[in-house]
Amino acid sequence: MADESLAVELTGITKTFPGVIANEDVELAVGAGTIHAIVGENGAGKSTLMKILYGMQSPDSGTIRVRGKEVDFKTPKDAIAEGIGMVHQHFMLADNLTVFENVVLGSEPTKGLQLDFAAGKEKIADIGAAYGMELDPDALVESLTVGARQRTEILKVLFRGARILILDEPTAVLVPQEVDELFVNLRGMVEEGQTIIFISHHLDEVLAIADSITVMRGGRTVATVDPEGIDAKQLAELMVGSELPTPETTESTVTDVVELSVRGVEALSPDGRTVLDDVTFDIRQGEIVGIAGVEGNGQAELIDALLGIREVSAGSIRFKDEDIANWSTKRRREAGIGIIPADRHREGLLLQSPLWENTMLGHQTVKPFANGPWVNRKGARERTSAVIERFDVKTPGPDVHAIALSGGNQQKLIVGKEMIAEPHVLVAAHPTRGIDVGAQAAIWDELRAARKEGLAVLLISADLEELIGLSDRLLVIYTGRIVADLDPKTVTPEELGSYMTGVGAEASA
Amino acid sequence: MNLKKMLLSLLAPTAAMIFALLVASIALWAVGRNPIDAFGSMWSFGTTTTSIASMVNRAIPLYIAAVAVAIGFQMGLFNIGVEGQYLLGALFAGWIGGNVVLWAPLHVALVILVAVIVGALWSGIAGFLKVTRGVHEVISTIMLNFIAFSLIAYLLLTWVRDDPTSLNLQTTTFAASAQIPGLNWVFTMFGFSEPRGISMHGFLFVAIAIGIFYYILVKRTRFGFELRASGMNPGAARMAGVAPKRMVVVTMLISGGVAGMVGLATMFGNLHAYTQDFPRGLGFTGIAVALLGRNSAVGMALGALLFGFMERSALILDFEDTPKEVVQIMQGVVVLAVVVAYEVVNRMIEKREIKAAAEATRSLEAGEEVAA
Repeated sequence: MADESLAVELTGITKTFPGVIANEDVELAVGAGTIHAIVGENGAGKSTLMKILYGMQSPDSGTIRVRGKEVDFKTPKDAIAEGIGMVHQHFMLADNLTVFENVVLGSEPTKGLQLDFAAGKEKIADIGAAYGMELDPDALVESLTVGARQRTEILKVLFRGARILILDEPTAVLVPQEVDELFVNLRGMVEEGQTIIFISHHLDEVLAIADSITVMRGGRTVATVDPEGIDAKQLAELMVGSELPTPETTESTVTDVVELSVRGVEALSPDGRTVLDDVTFDIRQGEIVGIAGVEGNGQAELIDALLGIREVSAGSIRFKDEDIANWSTKRRREAGIGIIPADRHREGLLLQSPLWENTMLGHQTVKPFANGPWVNRKGARERTSAVIERFDVKTPGPDVHAIALSGGNQQKLIVGKEMIAEPHVLVAAHPTRGIDVGAQAAIWDELRAARKEGLAVLLISADLEELIGLSDRLLVIYTGRIVADLDPKTVTPEELGSYMTGVGAEASA
Repeated sequence: MNLKKMLLSLLAPTAAMIFALLVASIALWAVGRNPIDAFGSMWSFGTTTTSIASMVNRAIPLYIAAVAVAIGFQMGLFNIGVEGQYLLGALFAGWIGGNVVLWAPLHVALVILVAVIVGALWSGIAGFLKVTRGVHEVISTIMLNFIAFSLIAYLLLTWVRDDPTSLNLQTTTFAASAQIPGLNWVFTMFGFSEPRGISMHGFLFVAIAIGIFYYILVKRTRFGFELRASGMNPGAARMAGVAPKRMVVVTMLISGGVAGMVGLATMFGNLHAYTQDFPRGLGFTGIAVALLGRNSAVGMALGALLFGFMERSALILDFEDTPKEVVQIMQGVVVLAVVVAYEVVNRMIEKREIKAAAEATRSLEAGEEVAA
């Protein structure tokens, strides 16, 4: 059943990774000469699907048809040969080369053995004129604006003869005017017969530009809708799901004692963008405050600011009765701020070190790990054995290297070493990401138990079940701002979805 | 279990040595020598007491240089500037040491202190540039080497020169109070013949002390833990409250301080001054020794002794009309082979551990079921 009017047709695509189903029975039909948007939360399977279409990964099952012809991509080269091009979210440009050099890099036009610069420049000028993308081919990429860099990326793909373009979150890095320019360019390209697959979670943008929208959730394509017949709120609801998990009916342990008070915190990225904007909230003893939001909206920056890894440009952070905004990370850790880092491999573990050194990490300056300037190996081993015992870490012993443990056990060790140190405030970022259900339940129980003991927890997660099941209060972060303060018992998917995607703020304004 | 572990850890260096011997054999065979004969005469020449004293004398500075490099390696810093740091350290140590006369232990201590401070300051520049301006330490330490070489040449011609009328470009020769006596008595004490024409450096004890200091610092102190954590996983170290910038500066200072002492064995033992022909290249060879010894205090000592042995025993090849460069080939090959062999063995160990952990998980679960 080959349909020639479809540029791309994916049927029954399934892709699993160890322990995770990234794509399940995905169906996608993209009409030729249209802009087709794919929306979904982080982890919904958009990126995996696009990697499959671009030949970076091969599906476990299912078929890919390009212009009616069934294809089997082994590498991106095969995809490029079929006229598929991908513009990555993070630009892959050489800053110290010119636009022209970047565009031709890897597929240089040649005349005999010589590079044919004239032909290359002519072709670039033609493409630019055809799609309304004016770029000075001799400008250095480092001198370009972000929008112009993106046009260079698009030009690069078009230069290689792409007829189907995949744009991965193209607007994430752009300012509003640049977004408008991009959309004009995209329209121009479609008029010239190009097909565009546009990945985003900015729903209003998607509604503005797309001819058709496919929503992904939990690795599946849940709906394909016409932007004419839907509004952002309905789309958000499709993204988040129609039913939210019901919170566990545990009695509240929230007290009146404010343990951590964040007031008007602002932080800037190295290039001067505001990444945290007037963030204000309190966490009381015995309270779990959840932060919901699509990843990349300031969560990482908030964690860094609370831990003193990132400087805040304005605002105050009070821990108990002291302003800790100028404290070093070490001092904050010693004072009782615990952290379960978002990425256990990049930020949490010394994989090539024994478990007892891992337990020590973050507490290396205090008892029982330190004895003055010395490492107390015996104390560290004993503490590690205690963590292994209490948190049921499956390991032959404290001298095993962390890399030998399964993800769930590594995570239990991280959670356990923080909990056993009895912190006053715990920043828990994705505490159960990528681990099995049993370990997840154990970690949730630990968090609940510690809350009962008076622990103040900031829970940052992409897992709505986790957020709603654990939090006493639910804050939504969007583009570095806290845009909503919700009650997890009464929140609706529509509300949550629209705040997370930035629709809610406008609706309420 | 422990025996197995020990055998596994010996596997890598043994395999590397055998491989290096094979490559060297091919090289010897290619220049028309019987490799077995050549190795035989290297061994019999290299194991005389005179040769052993020479081996140790060669090994001492290499070891100290390797430790200096290894301190940087522990946190992923590449201090290529040991060369400049030790030469500059030795120059100032020689200059100041030659111009004072003190109670002997104090005099020796002063010379060492000057060398340490100068070495530390010189590499500290690289650390400072890294944390304030983001200059990569490889670039800055290489550049600082060249600056050091030129600075030394200039200073030796002007300020620190002993006697402007003399043809010898050197600092003032140390008084007897800063000359550390040799250790040849060790050989006679154990009934071996005394080395001839050479004196085993008394600085050996300082080198051993540096090795112990290094081991304790890295393995037993909080600082060492933070150092290693920063090297293994900078992101995790930061989350754990290790200040990365401070770590870079302190590490460069310690590394440079140790580097400053590289040239002192020779200075205390036989030259007693900084001379124009002061030994060079030790800092670079030290990098190879650090790689060979896998940053381990004992491993680097063995590596330094091996390099010392190879350099010394190579001398016999000259007498037998065999190019002694064969030994340099061996040195290069052995470093490469060790790096590769350790990677292979480490993967083997890792696999065993993962298997063991998986088995533990299974047996624990089985145990729980029985209990339940």
